Amino acid sequence: MSDKRMTEAEVVGELRDGMTLGIGGWGSRRKPMSLVRAILRSPLKDLTVVSYGGPDVGLLCAAGKVKKLVYGFVSLDSIPLEPYFRAARQSGAVEAVELDEGMLQWGLYAASLRLPFLPTRAGLGSDLLRVNPALRLVRSPYDDGEELVAMPALELDASIIHMNRADAAGNGQYLGDDPYFDALFAVAARRCFMSAERIIPTADFASHGPKQSLCINRTMTSGVVEAPLGAHFTACEPDYGRDEAFQREYAAAAADPAAYRAFKARYLDLASHDDYRKAVAGGVR
Amino acid sequence: MSASLAEICAVACADAFRGASRGESEILASPIGTIPSIGARLAKATFAPDLLLTDGVASVVANVSAVGAIDASRVVEGWLPYRAIFDLVWSGRRHVMMGASQIDRHGNQNIAVIGPFERPKAQLLGVRGAPGNTINHRTSYWIPGHSPRTFVARVDFVSGVGYDRARALGPRASRFHDIHRVVSNKGVFDFETPERAMRLRSLHPGISLDEVIQSTGFALVIPEHVEETRSPTSDELRLLREVIDPQSLGGKELKG
Repeated sequence: MSDKRMTEAEVVGELRDGMTLGIGGWGSRRKPMSLVRAILRSPLKDLTVVSYGGPDVGLLCAAGKVKKLVYGFVSLDSIPLEPYFRAARQSGAVEAVELDEGMLQWGLYAASLRLPFLPTRAGLGSDLLRVNPALRLVRSPYDDGEELVAMPALELDASIIHMNRADAAGNGQYLGDDPYFDALFAVAARRCFMSAERIIPTADFASHGPKQSLCINRTMTSGVVEAPLGAHFTACEPDYGRDEAFQREYAAAAADPAAYRAFKARYLDLASHDDYRKAVAGGVR
Repeated sequence: MSASLAEICAVACADAFRGASRGESEILASPIGTIPSIGARLAKATFAPDLLLTDGVASVVANVSAVGAIDASRVVEGWLPYRAIFDLVWSGRRHVMMGASQIDRHGNQNIAVIGPFERPKAQLLGVRGAPGNTINHRTSYWIPGHSPRTFVARVDFVSGVGYDRARALGPRASRFHDIHRVVSNKGVFDFETPERAMRLRSLHPGISLDEVIQSTGFALVIPEHVEETRSPTSDELRLLREVIDPQSLGGKELKG
């Protein structure tokens, strides 16, 4: 089996301006934050970002990396509204493709199955179709003749996800309550890069969790990054919960440019994830 | 023992779960917000024991415990990660009670944006699951701040689909659409009129008809005899205060 281990910087080196990037996790839960921060440090720009959004979307918007956003929601969970996403939308800085949460799943599923679209009832009658003329309807070819939304495949150039455990070959294991849609983000993308709290020998997976927890297989992944605390400040149960104090500090900094500059200098303008871990450990919170 | 407004609202939310959707009693109740959560738990603890309830993080919990924290003594009877929830939504075996930043007389709901979509005056959550919920299964709403800014003539963005939009889709596409109740801090509303327009169902104790009319940005259908929203029974009050909401979190949600 090939060894797919890489660094955050090497993952970013595989990305290009203008790419469509999927980001796993859900809201402020198990987001690949060390990879997101590596993108913030890079000159990458004009990304189309597809996400069940949380602070991944907020940080990328605040850094001016996003041209277009495809989302069902953007929220910090314990803080319902994501302030940096709101600012980007309200200033017109990003193009928005808003979808029902289930439509977003269907678009990723269609891409992962190499289908042009999947039919769904979700979206009918709502304003999603009014503001997005690219969404088309399809009529059932059977006797019912029902008209449905043809949710187009959301094909991703690359995706990034974060797991609790991985092996060097690119298998991934989640140990929390919910796999979210990470497996779909992985397969809907030409290449998926997976970070994990720990890279362990393949033989050790069984001692960490049941085989049902191995939701990512190595056909789905092109690279693996060991990133302890890699989802911080989002939740990565059972390794750690959401850092609510840090999240409050992040959200509060949106209210004032000087506060954001200070936040950025302290936690984002750092050379590596190791430096971030030190900055977080030394934080007065 | 007199009930607080939060307790009256919680009982009104509970009553929204009476008579399960589509003749099936074993459905998932998905209350969004504190008072709907208190209401759904009260329904399960009293007249609707067959309801399924989650802890909000992927576990279906068989016993009724207090809101506000995940109970260590909970009995987990099932696993519903988000992917399974979406399947369940589309199968129709669910009744969601969502919030609404705006709602109109047809029951169109907005949680996405205030102002034009292209450049909103205020970006809110996004539509979340509202389009899929409303077209697939029974949906109710909980609006803790009833005012002309929330009960509006026209919503800025249709997230949850109302009766006029559903009707325009035709009988086949709209056959699962069912906006059941709207509970606010002033009253309970339904759409049980020939035109499927929002009707005042009951006024909460101490709220005047005039106050509700003044607080609503469109013409409500007002029945000839306006009922008063029922108060909790002594048994329900005991359950609310001792088991389901001992910390009075419902009252905090009303204060906003």
